[in-house]
Amino acid sequence: MIEVFRAGLLTTVQDHGRHGHQHIGLCPGGAMDPVALTLANVLVGNDGGEAALEITILGPELAFAHDTLVALCGADFAGGFPRNRPVLVAAGARLSIGRAQRGARAYLAVAGGLAVEPVLGSRATYLPGRFGGFLGRALRRGDRLPLRENAAALSRERFLKLRKPRGRSVRWHVAPFTLPEHEPVTLHAMEGPHYAMFDAASQHAFFDAVWKIAPESNRMGFRLAGPALVRSDPGEILSGPICLGTVQVPASGVPIALMADHQTTGGYPRIAEIATADVPRLAQMAPGGRLRFARCDLKTAVELRRDQRARVAPALRAIGWEYGN
Amino acid sequence: MKLKPLAIVPLGDCAAYVEFSRTLEPEVNAFVQRLGLAVEAAAKKGGLAALRDLVPAFGGLALHFDPDFEGDVLGTARALVEGCIKAGLPEAKRAERLVEVPVCYEAPFALDAEEVSQRTKVSADKIAALHSAAEYRVLMMGFAPGHAYMGGLERKLSIPRRANPRAEVPAGSVAIANDQTVVYPYAISGGWSVIGRTPLAVFDATREAPSLFLAGDRVRFRPIGPDEFARLAEGK
Repeated sequence: MIEVFRAGLLTTVQDHGRHGHQHIGLCPGGAMDPVALTLANVLVGNDGGEAALEITILGPELAFAHDTLVALCGADFAGGFPRNRPVLVAAGARLSIGRAQRGARAYLAVAGGLAVEPVLGSRATYLPGRFGGFLGRALRRGDRLPLRENAAALSRERFLKLRKPRGRSVRWHVAPFTLPEHEPVTLHAMEGPHYAMFDAASQHAFFDAVWKIAPESNRMGFRLAGPALVRSDPGEILSGPICLGTVQVPASGVPIALMADHQTTGGYPRIAEIATADVPRLAQMAPGGRLRFARCDLKTAVELRRDQRARVAPALRAIGWEYGN
Repeated sequence: MKLKPLAIVPLGDCAAYVEFSRTLEPEVNAFVQRLGLAVEAAAKKGGLAALRDLVPAFGGLALHFDPDFEGDVLGTARALVEGCIKAGLPEAKRAERLVEVPVCYEAPFALDAEEVSQRTKVSADKIAALHSAAEYRVLMMGFAPGHAYMGGLERKLSIPRRANPRAEVPAGSVAIANDQTVVYPYAISGGWSVIGRTPLAVFDATREAPSLFLAGDRVRFRPIGPDEFARLAEGK
């Protein structure tokens, strides 16, 4: 069991999301940065998609009832807890995670995963629908998060398997994959289906401007402050399917990049689609963060996805090796 | 009816959109829904687990793939869709479903009845009568889980969307705009005019069938009084 002493800004239970329900209007949801979630899980010996805590910008303070093998991956948070490696937290210990220093979201995985009930095949919290995760909401002070029944034994057993231990952790760590480099961060994006409906100035501005993530951004979408995007063709658009990374532009002219909890259909013109491989890096940005878009074609976006898999896979294999697998 | 796609275009780099129409044509829409069911069956039969989601929309079908899928998204989508069309689409069983939705068209649920009445010159009583007399068809699911866009609204009730959307429309609100009607699955912001409310849970993730509606369903609204509303609301 993990007890919450301070909830942080937005701490939710997330996994790889619930798939196969978009035909009833339910998006997959799940971790905003699935790469960091996978790493954290694999570091404690789990499958990559187990339920873990997604920590956002301001971290929580947690107390562990039993010995628990944990790993913290993704953003770099103040507080000094070792990142990107397995740590056996002792029974009764408290873990305080401060403010994000670099990146915006970290994932705290525990051996065996968080034992909340799955809803529609996933333990991810879907905040707009108030279901999944822990009671369908973000964590609050006083919450007690269930772990698997044998979590303490499992934690100790897995820790003993690890090579090169040092104290309660190990003498190795893995590199983060999704932390943004210097701002403005460059994200690859393809022209969307309605790109040609925007005037020439807006078409140029989209790929030339430095965009700033607006405060009105959440797990559903990031609003991007910058030049207003204007349509030259005001024709009606038939509402249709949209996806993770779609950049749509409502009448206000302020583009919105669709994130994990996006709607499944939309009727706003779609000026661009961010390459799937670059979405986790966008998820690692906080309001105020600056970015620009580099034009790419479908072939490049597919290659970026393949490259990312090729970079992450050896790290996952190497961790397995440290467990003696 | 046998249609050919206008285009098969990328939807990001993990999905394809098979477009049949850029305007809402009821016959094309029904074709897309049957195609969706056929593609679902074909993908299952072919063991294509990477096809995660199929979204039949107003004028086309989206096929969403697992980001780890190494194949060609557009080519795979094209082969599946063209194969299904060539083989001939089965009649949709779902189209035979008739969903009946009890609705209280009275205060305090009919938040915008007065305004609708003023703009359409149809009295509040007549709004309820007209709205519940028609049979609707679910054209597309989207906007929110369980949220169905239904076609078949009586022309006399057609009004544009509200200039100022409500920050929060109560769950179960039955609303109209243009030539469609919807039921808000839970409290959410929305710009349609609310003329009543159903006590039914339109979406419940813990239910065997989470969504009351599916694309292609026929839908009827049955007027109920506040007493029956309260009774049904208690039992849900």
